[in-house]
Amino acid sequence: MFLKEYISDVYNGITSLLKGMRQTGYYFFHPKEIITEQYPDNRATLKLADRFKGEVVMPHDENNEHTCTGCTACELACPNGTIKIITRFDITPEGKKKKAIDTFIYHLELCTMCNLCIQACPSDAIKMAPNFEHSVYDRSKLTKKLNLPGSKVKEGIE
Amino acid sequence: MYTQTEIIKDTTINGSEGELVINVGPQHPATHGVLHLVITLNGETIKKIEPHLGYIHRSIEKMCESLTYRQFIYVTSRMDYLSSHINNEACALCVEKGLQIEVPARAKVIRVLMGELTRIASHELWLGAMAMDLGAFTPFFYTFREREMINEIMEDTCGARLTMNYMVAGGVAMDLHPDFQRKVKLFVTQFKKRVPEFDDLITNNIIFQNRMKGVGVLSGEDAISYGCTGPVARGSGVSSDIRKLYPYDGYDAVAFDEVLETAGDSYARYLVRLREMHQSIRIIEQLIDAIPEGDFQAKTKAVLKLPKGEFYTRVETARGELGVYIVSEGGTTPYRIKFRSPGFSNLSALHHMAKGSKIGDLMATMGTLDLVIPDIDR
Repeated sequence: MFLKEYISDVYNGITSLLKGMRQTGYYFFHPKEIITEQYPDNRATLKLADRFKGEVVMPHDENNEHTCTGCTACELACPNGTIKIITRFDITPEGKKKKAIDTFIYHLELCTMCNLCIQACPSDAIKMAPNFEHSVYDRSKLTKKLNLPGSKVKEGIE
Repeated sequence: MYTQTEIIKDTTINGSEGELVINVGPQHPATHGVLHLVITLNGETIKKIEPHLGYIHRSIEKMCESLTYRQFIYVTSRMDYLSSHINNEACALCVEKGLQIEVPARAKVIRVLMGELTRIASHELWLGAMAMDLGAFTPFFYTFREREMINEIMEDTCGARLTMNYMVAGGVAMDLHPDFQRKVKLFVTQFKKRVPEFDDLITNNIIFQNRMKGVGVLSGEDAISYGCTGPVARGSGVSSDIRKLYPYDGYDAVAFDEVLETAGDSYARYLVRLREMHQSIRIIEQLIDAIPEGDFQAKTKAVLKLPKGEFYTRVETARGELGVYIVSEGGTTPYRIKFRSPGFSNLSALHHMAKGSKIGDLMATMGTLDLVIPDIDR
């Protein structure tokens, strides 16, 4: 009785092992079904999702104009203090004072890509960009100034 | 942590002769994350297990108290990172309960779909990691292949793969990606085709079955008295599915079965999770063609202020019952937040389950508890 059980155990063990190895063997001979991405080598063909949250950017149009009014809604929405906006007052040709952003400081090293600033922005001035290769040698390089030098607010944005 | 010389000197640890105290973790390949178990052994038999916690304690509850009701939701993704969608959903539900916001029908269906996809992804990762604990390396790649498809779906719609921050108070943050339905249908057909592979690789393997059956037995009464929830309790025959008992977000409108096993051993817990994935697929199949049109987010005020009072909601994460308790003083930030996490209660039963068994069986028992350490420490 014991011998019979022993032999059937060995038989079941070997068959279940072979069944598993048939599966792994199938993928060994069908390399096309493997989904591994050869990452640094396929940089040219790498396609990321459109909505991928990699970093916050401020889009500028061809006239070097953005739509940020400096309302600091994003600064208040951020849970980590990632965004700091320094505003200044421009004198318009009519002689009135107008609030405008001087510097839009973005601390990438503090950002968790939670998307709350983009949801808070009333004028769609900032958006998430699918850049993910952020490694640098110096931490200070991750503190970025988002508005380009010489840029100004687009006409008609309040 | 004890050094070897301390163990020899300290007679309180090494009480009688032949006892040995070993440390498993905090950095150990067999524990997931930084869990530290102080195990008292008699030969190879476990006499006592004492989990030491706090290595990844980030005081998330305290952090949440300094953030507004819109901001604190994203932090909870970092508790149980494998079911981050469901964590966020629990917090959003609690805030909605306080503000009495009615969530649009479309947002509810999206929440359920995302939650079930997260549950499958979490169980896939558990399946691979648990098989690797027991020495089977290959299943890890197979399960991660399926999980990768879910991650891509998440990436398309939410913009992130693990900590999405997609659930907001009042609905979801963004509308679904136009490609969402096609990709989910593709995933469902692929998943159904590939599940028999797991059976061949793991479930029907004799070595695996012998290591799982009768190991780490937890009776139904003990599961209740230790506060176990989720697949751990259901493996012992205790009905504990919050989706069935206290339906939220329209779970009462979809047909699915609560998976129950009565054996209470590691193999039963394994089967519960495996069959739960099929139930999740069933829910997804019902809803994927029936996503109602309309808004994905209810109109809310710019600054959320909960009325004075106490609010509690619970959801079923991949690991069990997650409870969110908010005490509000009427301001913009919560006065107190408490999370009842499933992992903490499930871990407390480990000593009871592993006592008297061999140390080799501990890995099978711990594997089927599906511990996520940031969820336990918070």
